[in-house]
Order: sequence, then C-alpha cells, then structure tokens
Amino acid sequence: MHHCCCSILLNRSLQDSLDYYTLLKSESLKINRAQVYIFASSNLFMKPVTLIDKNQLELIINRLAYQLIENHDEFADAVLLGLQPRGVVLAERIKDRLKQIMPEAEIHLGSLDITFFRDDFRRRDEPLKANSTEIDFIIEDKKVILIDDVLYTGRTIRAGLDAMLSYGRPSGVELLVLVDRRFSRELPIEPTYIGKSVDSIDSQRVKVDFAKNTSNDRVLLFNTELADE
Amino acid sequence: MSSLSVKHLLGIADLTQEDIRLIFSTALNFKEVINRPIKKVPSLRDITIANLFFENSTRTKLSFELAEKRLSADVVNFSSGSSSVSKGETLIDTVNNILSMKVDLVVMRHPNPGAAAFLSRNVDTTIVNAGDGTHEHPTQALLDVFSLQQKLGDVAGKKVVIVGDIKHSRVALSNIYCLQKMGAEVMVCGPTTLIPKHIEKLNVKVEHNLQKALEWCDVANMLRIQLERQGGEHDVKFFPSLREYTLQYGLTLPMLEQLNKEIVIMHPGPINRGVEITSEVADSSHSIILEQVENGVAIRMAVLYLLASAIERN
Repeated sequence: MHHCCCSILLNRSLQDSLDYYTLLKSESLKINRAQVYIFASSNLFMKPVTLIDKNQLELIINRLAYQLIENHDEFADAVLLGLQPRGVVLAERIKDRLKQIMPEAEIHLGSLDITFFRDDFRRRDEPLKANSTEIDFIIEDKKVILIDDVLYTGRTIRAGLDAMLSYGRPSGVELLVLVDRRFSRELPIEPTYIGKSVDSIDSQRVKVDFAKNTSNDRVLLFNTELADE
Repeated sequence: MSSLSVKHLLGIADLTQEDIRLIFSTALNFKEVINRPIKKVPSLRDITIANLFFENSTRTKLSFELAEKRLSADVVNFSSGSSSVSKGETLIDTVNNILSMKVDLVVMRHPNPGAAAFLSRNVDTTIVNAGDGTHEHPTQALLDVFSLQQKLGDVAGKKVVIVGDIKHSRVALSNIYCLQKMGAEVMVCGPTTLIPKHIEKLNVKVEHNLQKALEWCDVANMLRIQLERQGGEHDVKFFPSLREYTLQYGLTLPMLEQLNKEIVIMHPGPINRGVEITSEVADSSHSIILEQVENGVAIRMAVLYLLASAIERN
C-alpha cells in the first residue's frame, strides 16, 4: 500500500517508488513503518505534515536545556550563538528556558549572520540579503554552542563556523539543532544535541514556524511544490 | 528586491531609489563586518578586480582597494603615470589587454567625462565608475548620503547645500542626483563663475551668499576648490584669488555659532584647510568627515558585492 501512495503522489515512476521503499525498509536505515507513513501521507493529501507540534516543541526545548546544563553547569565558560534567522529564535527560546531553570546564571546569547560566508555566492540568481550579527561578548577561549533550526546538507553550519572564527578562537564548538534531517549531509558535520531526527527526501522541505506568541509553534514537512519559501 | 537594476555602476543617474536603498542596507551589514576583529569575508574570493586609475587619487583608490580585499577579491592596480597609456595606447586597448588576463570587474577613474559609460559599451566586463572627469563620482555620493542617513536617521525632507566649485565637481552632480532620489532638497552655493549655467533645470536652488545658504540648510557639504581645474597660468581665472574665495565662501566656526541651529558639515576630501573650511570646523563635532571615510569602505563593499553577484561564472 505504501509504495502505491508514493508512486501516485510523488509523481515518480512505480519502479522509483519501489526502489525507494526498499531502501527505506532496509535494515541499515532502521526506518519504521510510522516514518514511512509520513512520506506517504504527506504526499497523499499534498499538504504539510506536522513533525513537531507546540507541546512536543516545549518538551524538546526543555530536554535540550537540561542536556546543555549537564555539559556546561552554570555556563561560566559557554556561550550560545544562534544562526540567523531562525536559529536565533530557537536560541532565545532555549535561553529563556535556561533562565527559568537557573535564574542566577548569566547566559550570553549572540546572533550570527553567515550570508557573506556562504559557498553558493554567484550560483544563485540573486544575491542573498544579509541579517545582522550581534555578538557583544568575547568568544575567545569560550565553548560556543552553535544553534540552528534545521541541519540538512551541513553547508550552513560550515559557513557558520567560518563566520564565527572571524570573532576569535573558541576553545570548543558544539552544534545544537531542532531538526536533524538524516542521511542528507554533503559535508562531514554532525550535531551534538538533536531535537528530533527526521528522514526525508530531497524534494521535501522542513520548515520551522516560530509564532510570535509561541502558541502556534510547529515544525512542518513540505513537498517542494508547496513550500512557499 | 535583492539585486540592482543595473549591470554597471556608471552614475547615480541610472539608479532607482530601490537600488540606493539596497546598497545602503547591504553597506550596513558590511559596516558591521569591518568593525570585527577579523575584517574579511570570503564572498568575492573567485573574482579578480582591476583598479584603473588614469587620474590621481589617494582616498578613493585606497578605499576601493580595502573594500576589494575585505571581500577577498584578487586585486590588480594600475596607475596611468607608470603605464603604456603614456606610450599612446587607446583606452579600449588598455582595458581589453587587462581583461584578457581574466579580470572580472573594472574600477576606473578617468579625467574624461563619460569614460566609464564609453568603456561599458565597448568592452565586455562590469564597470564601476570611480570618477569620470567633471561628470559623476557615484560611490562618493552614495557614501555621503549614507553617512547623512546614519547621522540624521532619514534624508527625506532635509535641506542640503553644496558649497564651492560646482562647475568642476563630479561629487556635486552625483550628490544632487542621489540626494534628490532620496527625497532631500538641494541648494548649490558658490561664486557665479563656478556655478554651471542652467543648473536650476536639475531642480536645485542657487545661492551666492554663504551666510544665507547656511541659514536655509540642515547640512552643508563643503567641496574642495579644485586647484588643478582652475585653468592654466595664462587662462582667465574663475575667481581673483584664493584669499578672496576664502573670505566669501570659507566656512568658519563663528559662522556656525551664529546660527540658531545645529547643522552637519561634510567634506569629500582632500581638505584644503583654511581655504573652503577652517581647521576648527573640520575637527569640530559638527563635522562627519571621518565617518564619511569609514562609510566609504562599507559602501564600496556593498556596490562590489551586489554587482559581482551578477557576473557569470566561467
């Protein structure tokens, strides 16, 4: 039944879908039936599937905050650095949670824009618009926790590492992501802290929606034709 | 919108208000970059830029070169004094020879008005005009208006007077275009001989009395007297003597203190101290002359970044 859905709704040939399903089923990837269902159903209705809803997001941010505390105690030597634009929002949420847990601790949070460090300049039709970088602390000899919403090819993080290094030489760097799209890396970059691992295909997009009042926070899985961005 | 409507930067006349706003917002990002401990970004690392200066320049050349290096572009420099131009080579030949060494972008200053536009029609490369004779100096105008915007918040509705040698000044023409496109009112002030005829056609006010001009304006842009363009030894001079010019059009601190308002003082450099502006004024808190220089690098980075993104990869 699953390959049937895949083939019709991904507009792929039946053989392609069969291959894909076999791939998904293979032991090595350890993908369960429910996850396959996400692909199938997302295509079935041609509308985005919610990967993480508001309540799950709260739980995830809570867990990530405790994982960070486990590794960095009171954040005496560690700083948070969110990547523009949505990594910054996630970083702010995490910082807020950390402050609730440890009201005494002084937690530094900066935002980093990577536009000028990207490796796809002149490979796009239009130049990218840059965001602002605000780092009002010194990262030299600090443990930097880079924060982004979705980890996909790893190229954004590569650019982020370069951009960060123009502010100094940290003693260590960790990576925290809300969504890790597995098996799609183009560079050898892996996260230290993961909100949720997702298996998706290249034609799909994961979009993190942070609402202003947090009530509508969610993470969606789109098919490319529908993704508006 | 995140790309320019033009392929070359030949003059402000070709730009739209959106283009100027895009350059300003990009420059703001680069201003942050050049205040980092490491002031370099790798954006243009596969671009080679030739700086062709057929006329002397210190600030503009240095500013362009810094902007290029901070964007990680490869840079070659050329000054007419030490080149084959003195052996009689034509401009197109010189530039085509340089381009065959695989140069992607040309920044050019030339003593002839229209040189940049001429080159853009005859050679296949992206041209940035760094001043063409008495015609335009677009990056100077962009950095002037950007500096004003940083100082005043918005230039729309502000009154700007440009004082001095308007006739020979490419800075004046570019500034008039740029200020008007951003919604400012412009007045020019200087001796009759140095104000071009029919300049009112550009919708600028004309005033010959500096004191009256200062009372009208929010900003005064004091241009340098271009001693090299005042005619030869035997020509008729545009004004009797420097001393007389200074007496009538030199800006002094007492003149500013007499006004019942604060005005911003700008100068594109290089300053002839004691001629168009006294040292006290140039170094006072009214002046944003050094901010203009700092913003110059950010503006030029923005222009190069935006133009380079349209260059095809080969």
